[in-house]
Amino acid sequence: MLPLPVGDMDWQLTDHRGQPVGPSDWIGRPVMFFFGFTWCPDVCPTTLSDISLWLEELGPDADRLIVALVTVDPDRDTPEVLADYLGNFDPRIIGLTGSAEQVAKAAADLRVKYARVPRDDGDYTMDHTAGVFLFHPDGRFASIIDFHEDRRFAVPKIRRTLS
Amino acid sequence: MKSLFLSTALLLAAPAAFACEAFTVGDLTIEHAWSKATIGAERPAVFYVEITNGGSTDDALIGITTPTATMPVLHETVVTDGIASMPHAMSIPVPAGEIVALSPGGYHGMLMGLGTALKEGDRFHVTLIFENAGEVTVDVDVLSLRAAGPDCSDAGQ
Repeated sequence: MLPLPVGDMDWQLTDHRGQPVGPSDWIGRPVMFFFGFTWCPDVCPTTLSDISLWLEELGPDADRLIVALVTVDPDRDTPEVLADYLGNFDPRIIGLTGSAEQVAKAAADLRVKYARVPRDDGDYTMDHTAGVFLFHPDGRFASIIDFHEDRRFAVPKIRRTLS
Repeated sequence: MKSLFLSTALLLAAPAAFACEAFTVGDLTIEHAWSKATIGAERPAVFYVEITNGGSTDDALIGITTPTATMPVLHETVVTDGIASMPHAMSIPVPAGEIVALSPGGYHGMLMGLGTALKEGDRFHVTLIFENAGEVTVDVDVLSLRAAGPDCSDAGQ
């Protein structure tokens, strides 16, 4: 199932600077987002490193692009934690969090799945959709970049949303 | 475009250090052992390494231990129908004549129960336990959180 056009979405989240963000803030600009969580040692830093490289390759052309990590683990990923974590990557990447209900609503609009998986030691991890989603400036869904997709394919996909 | 790629690669690459040292046990050569800086000591750290089996007998990595974390576990990142999960890998095959990499987006060690946060430039030991070759302890370099791996181009390899 494809994500809703941005104009039809109805979620409300808080960014890593503590500012409220909603779909109306995304209209008129190309958007790239993915879901993840800062507790994860492999998938999320790998995706963030990939995205940082893509943004560097695109240079100032990507300055208009909204790039957002939406956490699937809002219990642990407060705005402060997201700010700390994202400080290690391209400064154009923003973090979004909220209440469990707010994150669930955003995931439903964006057609993203996630689930909390308990571990033996009482801790938990999160399974989640790993792709990176792209939208045109008018809010239409553009394409998905698969997890760890080669930059030769990823960068042109992003470029097509920038014009 | 090529020069841009090269400059980016150089920026991300860490200076050649212990990660570029090779360790051997039996027919196995272990190199490129690295980890990433962590935010605090609560979040798990990651462990990546490359294992070359130069022999004619299959082997397998069946566990890791380290003084740095109380609960080191082998994991594999698996993406099924677009959903990423991270099942526990009981054993990572190291077939005869092949190179197996624990690398971003695939097999990795997850180091839970850190005593202190890992900082870029830190070093620590990890002991790898193989089914046939036995145990070997390697030095692990902590690179930045966004590093893609150690740069060993100047290490004479």
